[in-house]
Amino acid sequence: MLSLGSGGGKAAKPSFISYVTPEEIKIKDGEISRKQKQPDLQPGEVIFCSAYPVLKCEGPQRGVYGTLCCTNFKISFISEESLSEETAPPLSNKLLGENDIALSCVDQIYGVRDEKKKLIIGGQVKNKYPPKLLIYCKDFRVFQFCLSYAKEEEAKKIFQGIVHHSLEPKSLKCAFAFSYCEEVLSPEVSKKIPATVMFESKDNWKLELNRTRSSCKVAHVNENYVVSERLPQYFAVPFAVSDEDIRKFKGQGVPLWCWSHSNGSALFKMSALPNVQDDGTSQVYQMFVDRMTNAVCQNQMYPVKTQDFSSGFLPLADLQQSYNKFKQFFLIDNTAEFWLSDVKWFSSIENTGWLEKIQECLNKATEIVLSLEEENSCVLMIEDCSDLCCLFSSLVQVMLDPYYRTTPGFQSLIQKEWVVGGHSFLDRCNHLYQKEKESQSPLFLLFLECVWQLLQQHAPAFQFSETYLTVVSDSVHIPLFSTFLFNSQHQRDTATKLEYPDSQRHSLMIPSVWDWSLQFDWKVQALFTNPLYVEKPKQDKALRKPYRPKHQRQFSLPNSSSKPSPRKSFFKEETDNLKKMLSGMRIGKWINATEMQLSATRQFYESWQRKPLDYHGLILPCLDGPAIKIWLQRYLRWIPEAQIFGGGSVLTMKKVSDLAAEIEDLKNEMEKMAHNMHAGNTKKLFFSSFHAPTRLSSSFPFASLRTWSTRPVIPTSIVQSLGSVSNLAEKEDEDTEGVEVF
Amino acid sequence: GKEPPRHTVNVKDVTYICPFMGMIRGTLTVTNYRLFFKRVEKDSAFVLDVPLGVISRIEKAGGALSRGEVSYVLVCKDIRNLKFAHKQDTQGRTSVFETVMKLAFPVSHNLQVFAYEYGQIYPENGWKVYDPSAEYKRMGLPNESWRMTRINEHYELCDTYPVMLLVPANIPDEDLKRVATFRAKNRIPVLSWIHPESQATVVRCSQPMVGANGKRSKDDEKYLQAIMDANAQSHKLFIFDARPSVNAVANKTKGGGFESEDAYQNAELVFLDIHNIHVMRESLRKLKEVVYPNIEESHWLSNLESTHWLEHIKLILAGALRIADKVESGKTSVVIHCSDGWDRTAQLTSLAMLMLDGHYRTVRGFQVLIEKEWLTFGHRFQMRIGHGDKNHSDADRSPVFLQFIDCVWQLTRQFPAAFEFNEFFLITILDHLYSCLFGTFLCNRAAKEDRFLWSYINSHLEEFLNPLYVNYSHHVLYPVVSMRHLELWVGYYIRWNPRMRLQEPIHHCYKELLLKRAELKKKVEELQRELISRSASSSSERAASPTRSVTPVQTFV
Repeated sequence: MLSLGSGGGKAAKPSFISYVTPEEIKIKDGEISRKQKQPDLQPGEVIFCSAYPVLKCEGPQRGVYGTLCCTNFKISFISEESLSEETAPPLSNKLLGENDIALSCVDQIYGVRDEKKKLIIGGQVKNKYPPKLLIYCKDFRVFQFCLSYAKEEEAKKIFQGIVHHSLEPKSLKCAFAFSYCEEVLSPEVSKKIPATVMFESKDNWKLELNRTRSSCKVAHVNENYVVSERLPQYFAVPFAVSDEDIRKFKGQGVPLWCWSHSNGSALFKMSALPNVQDDGTSQVYQMFVDRMTNAVCQNQMYPVKTQDFSSGFLPLADLQQSYNKFKQFFLIDNTAEFWLSDVKWFSSIENTGWLEKIQECLNKATEIVLSLEEENSCVLMIEDCSDLCCLFSSLVQVMLDPYYRTTPGFQSLIQKEWVVGGHSFLDRCNHLYQKEKESQSPLFLLFLECVWQLLQQHAPAFQFSETYLTVVSDSVHIPLFSTFLFNSQHQRDTATKLEYPDSQRHSLMIPSVWDWSLQFDWKVQALFTNPLYVEKPKQDKALRKPYRPKHQRQFSLPNSSSKPSPRKSFFKEETDNLKKMLSGMRIGKWINATEMQLSATRQFYESWQRKPLDYHGLILPCLDGPAIKIWLQRYLRWIPEAQIFGGGSVLTMKKVSDLAAEIEDLKNEMEKMAHNMHAGNTKKLFFSSFHAPTRLSSSFPFASLRTWSTRPVIPTSIVQSLGSVSNLAEKEDEDTEGVEVF
Repeated sequence: GKEPPRHTVNVKDVTYICPFMGMIRGTLTVTNYRLFFKRVEKDSAFVLDVPLGVISRIEKAGGALSRGEVSYVLVCKDIRNLKFAHKQDTQGRTSVFETVMKLAFPVSHNLQVFAYEYGQIYPENGWKVYDPSAEYKRMGLPNESWRMTRINEHYELCDTYPVMLLVPANIPDEDLKRVATFRAKNRIPVLSWIHPESQATVVRCSQPMVGANGKRSKDDEKYLQAIMDANAQSHKLFIFDARPSVNAVANKTKGGGFESEDAYQNAELVFLDIHNIHVMRESLRKLKEVVYPNIEESHWLSNLESTHWLEHIKLILAGALRIADKVESGKTSVVIHCSDGWDRTAQLTSLAMLMLDGHYRTVRGFQVLIEKEWLTFGHRFQMRIGHGDKNHSDADRSPVFLQFIDCVWQLTRQFPAAFEFNEFFLITILDHLYSCLFGTFLCNRAAKEDRFLWSYINSHLEEFLNPLYVNYSHHVLYPVVSMRHLELWVGYYIRWNPRMRLQEPIHHCYKELLLKRAELKKKVEELQRELISRSASSSSERAASPTRSVTPVQTFV
């Protein structure tokens, strides 16, 4: 029997069969140091503690021994088995390996003792440590580490270390980005990320105003955050808004420009002025609000509709609660649990309310789009112009503006509405593990979820793939990027300012997440491209798409001088007709009154649906139950039981991608022959470049091939709930006396 | 020559009350095959074209729109209801719908089903689709362990079985007769499929007539032993009883039952818990309630769950998966039965064979599969569908075949490149399951009826092909039978709802890309020819030709 020196907590007999049987491990001190491998460290990364040998369980019958360590960036397991190229996951991340968990990516930790799971709560850990550790990650990986083979002291330390660094409050300066940037003097990153507009300069805003032909102006009254710490240094406001107006209530009550529609209406957001009882003040407020509304009207020449979200629409706490329930269905650590939760799957998912939240959200965004299409300018309003304002303004723009459905456009949109727009990423994602979690809310994820729904309904309208969206959602939990780390631009600028600036730099340059080369090499980044994307037809007649888009936004180049008069909106007429048709109809008992009481968004969707589809125009989501789906790639990718071996929608994508690459090759060849010379390498990379896995699985490109078995997964607990039909079930099925007709 | 369908009724000024678009005025034409409605307004292209065969029942609806109008609801088998209203004929003649009633249910009125009058000739002959001996030959049969018997040549052994049967080589015909007496409806165990390498077989039959006293049959026991022995790789035999064990036990009181493991040594009996035809019928009824005409705004998922439809699909697929796993991974022969062996058994054998054998995933292979496992092995299409029969509440009706096609659709969803046919192919089969245009699904067992459905499909093949198809015939498909991956087939069950007509852009895009590729290939070839001829004429010219900077080319068109 295995003996590992002194100490309790050891398992006398492991309950699983592993590669290395316990008898085989003879631990001598010298051997440990030889076998113990170091994790790959990033600049500025230091190891806090480590333990060896730790067994990482992979399913009920497998395990790998290795070293578990905890650094200021991640929890890392270094396997004794060397990973071959073939078994590594296709989507390999340069910062975090397959067995690395960024500290802020840890969602929950359980201690397992005698088959019993117990939730570990930070700050309440005593001297004891559980023999088995279960780590649930925010990206839905689940790790099981068995500590009972390691030395007691090491095991205790690693357990406490992991709990301390991932489950206890810390200060912002502890975020790994700071240690990293102190080491990396001038990351070439963040200087220039091709095509993504950061919205940190006046020029960025000007170009955007030009692109959408808006008549708003850029305000620079908040340079160096002299007016407000919530607002960015530069933003756009209606022409009639003066610097004085912005200063008056520290930017509150001022409509901030988001986007302009080609029909002349525009989208704004605004922080609500506080509610006051005092008559004098409220009168002043009222006058100010009227002035601002007039400013919007004057600017856009259209009526203004205000969407006030202060009244408890989609409460943040509800969102968090709903998501907490939802995610639990995808954090699965054993097969029995998987099949058990399969039994009442649909109602369980419904009860979490998460899909309903997505539906509500898309519905609200459709309402706003409708207003804009009907030539009403919209002002989104909430207490501090954040959260739901960010969510809806960005979602509306994705639906209306094809530019935001390209990869650079989408990244620019997130910069404009979320990052510079002042979404409190730090609080909402709870990166610092603050005890009072009320401020935590998965708003940004909700945005990505909504975009995913649009993507799965209208794939050819998007330049990026669902893998891209999944990777964006994962990157939120890597505390290395400035993008998702701060509550505001002001906070970022303050936190990164160096106390003792030297000749080289005044502040730390924390990289932006949009510099994907930090995480993935170019080959992997090819997976972010949607092979179904229909590029905007160019003027070249030979390459033009056969269909004629009728509802196409024609954006002029930024320096184009002529400003055409706003076009009459396309859908106005259509909805009017529908209304006429509906009101003119005799409604009898035939059609339920309720059936005909279509909501405005429903009518809008239906009239939109009747038009020829244009992927470079407006896209609207179908909101009926069957159309709202679960983002399977994000939620199921690590669950071995849910992998379709040799199948899944990824196969379709691969086929399309292969064909696209083939066409690209042919074009190159043609070009080459036509000019009788070597064509430049214009070849676009899709994931056809991944030849290795001959048979892909539905978890591609996330999980690696190694963990799959070729045997099918047979459901184990098919507990049926067909009680109500028992009388039928007992009936004899085949009627022997059936009458044959022919 | 095509015999034009006879015009029977033509009524102007009929209102179609569409649950999605409101009231539509138009003209209704009814022939002996179909019901045709066209909107009056010239500019609108609204048309309803419904084969009468899909009509399950016709009800006079209460509450008229206005005085003097009568209204009818046509409840259809394909998950929709059609409501019409028209002016009461002042002369008191029979309503148009009384005529429809007669034409829609010819069987109940001693008339002939339309397929027998239909005379369209197709370039492809559907009868040639399935040639049993060719199909067995494809599998390398007969061989030394399995022989072909003609004992059922005139259906005297079993009138619901095909003529050609594959049985263990060492069991003589005399024994087969004795085995038949111990199996319900004489449906003895016969081979459906054999593994090309391991020789493990898929064998189908009906339940053994064990009865309340636990009767045994030495012949049957010997027979199953012979099936096991025919596969040298394994010393075990799995018997899959499709029913829930409770039902199998209950069958004992009626003379039926299941194999006891005492009597059948080396055999392991597994119940697959698939419910009977009545449960399935009820489930589909509930499903229609949930999806037609409108989907409730909230609680979609729990409403869907309450129908249990997908749970049943899951159980059927799980059963087929276990069978495929035993045959492929376990190299063990399997015997499958339910009660009579023509409903659940057909679902299980055909699905397991789809998973195991890529041939059945081609258009023609799938036709063979339906011919073989469903038509020739006596699935009671007439009884389960009730063609032309007005007795809509008949307890024998059940969506057994629909469930099978649904399961196939689930497989095509999970393996988008593994099937040669597309969703439209499956929907077409289901539409003609009810249409009565072709005789394919008209009767209770394969007999003289036509195979024009296959003729029709194979003559319009292009429409039914999946452009993503890769022939990976050597791969066994193991679907994930978890609710997480099962979906309601919106394209079939909710297809009448225009809001749910979501684009299927991928196939469309893919086809466009294929065209583009073909076009480019042609151009490249042309250029190549040109280059060759040019280089032959002069090589000095080329050096002088101007070089142009390469402009990036667009990938998508």
